Amino acid sequence: MLIPQTKNIGLPLMNLMRFKGLPILQQLHIEEQLLRTSSENWCIVNDGTNDPTIVMGVSGKPAELLEIESVLDDQVPVIRRFTGGGTVIVDHGTVFVTFICNKEAVPNLQPYPRPIMSWSSSLYSKVFQGIGDFHLRENDYVFGNHKFGGNAQSITKNRWIHHTSFLWDFNVQNMSYLKHPKRAPAYR
Amino acid sequence: MDGLKYANSHEWVKHEGPVATIGITDHAQDHLGEVVFVELPEPGGSVSQGKGFGAVESVKATSDINSPISGEVVEVNSKLSETPGLINSSPYEDGWMIKVKPSSPSELESLMGPKEYTKFCEEEDASH
Repeated sequence: MLIPQTKNIGLPLMNLMRFKGLPILQQLHIEEQLLRTSSENWCIVNDGTNDPTIVMGVSGKPAELLEIESVLDDQVPVIRRFTGGGTVIVDHGTVFVTFICNKEAVPNLQPYPRPIMSWSSSLYSKVFQGIGDFHLRENDYVFGNHKFGGNAQSITKNRWIHHTSFLWDFNVQNMSYLKHPKRAPAYR
Repeated sequence: MDGLKYANSHEWVKHEGPVATIGITDHAQDHLGEVVFVELPEPGGSVSQGKGFGAVESVKATSDINSPISGEVVEVNSKLSETPGLINSSPYEDGWMIKVKPSSPSELESLMGPKEYTKFCEEEDASH
């Protein structure tokens, strides 16, 4: 429940949902439902998902981004999510963190992609302080010049979602299901 | 731009005879960044004032596009599937998104004119 006085504190009041091993498809369903039908702010943390799953952004083309034969041979599930961004393969070693907010939740934050990402990266700067050289680099979360998570967003008329899949650990072999995207930041 | 009406969600509408053309404003495209993908409805579908009818993708984000007026979609800009960047380079001309047969022309009166919209954008940018 939103407590009106919290608007004056400068930080959004959020409902926190924590899961462990929730299937990523279910997580995405919950996220889209909360984005479009709730009027409250939410933070979702999911510690790992079950089976390795490929998750593509709204405009991703499988033929360009996936090694389709291997994906089909090994029956790896492929999901298209409702947010933008690229393709990831997620499993039990991925930590998912999602913020779903009303447009007015963060004071002075314009509901556009770059300001939202700037806000989230300043939040994560505090999280990762002292752990590594964390920063936002060409819209990626990196330690130094190593990308360690994929992030994406969706913005509706009055709300926005910013979600991230952090590679706490990953199986190098699983990465072979993915092709390098045609357009990628030079630092990678 | 003169002759256009504007919604507070940064879409424009140009009403010419029986058809109204809709797109997003220069302010919107500038804040969104490079558009890489556009999702639009099919002709024959309907749109409602203030409700989403499609989306654009930019900077890893999908952003809903909301219709400034209600009506029936009669034409969709097919060039945007191959060249979504037209929305950035020509938001009021080649980057138009849909053409609609308005069902309630009086809805246009609730929208902003050019000067009002310019002031709205300045106030919005100043407050953030």
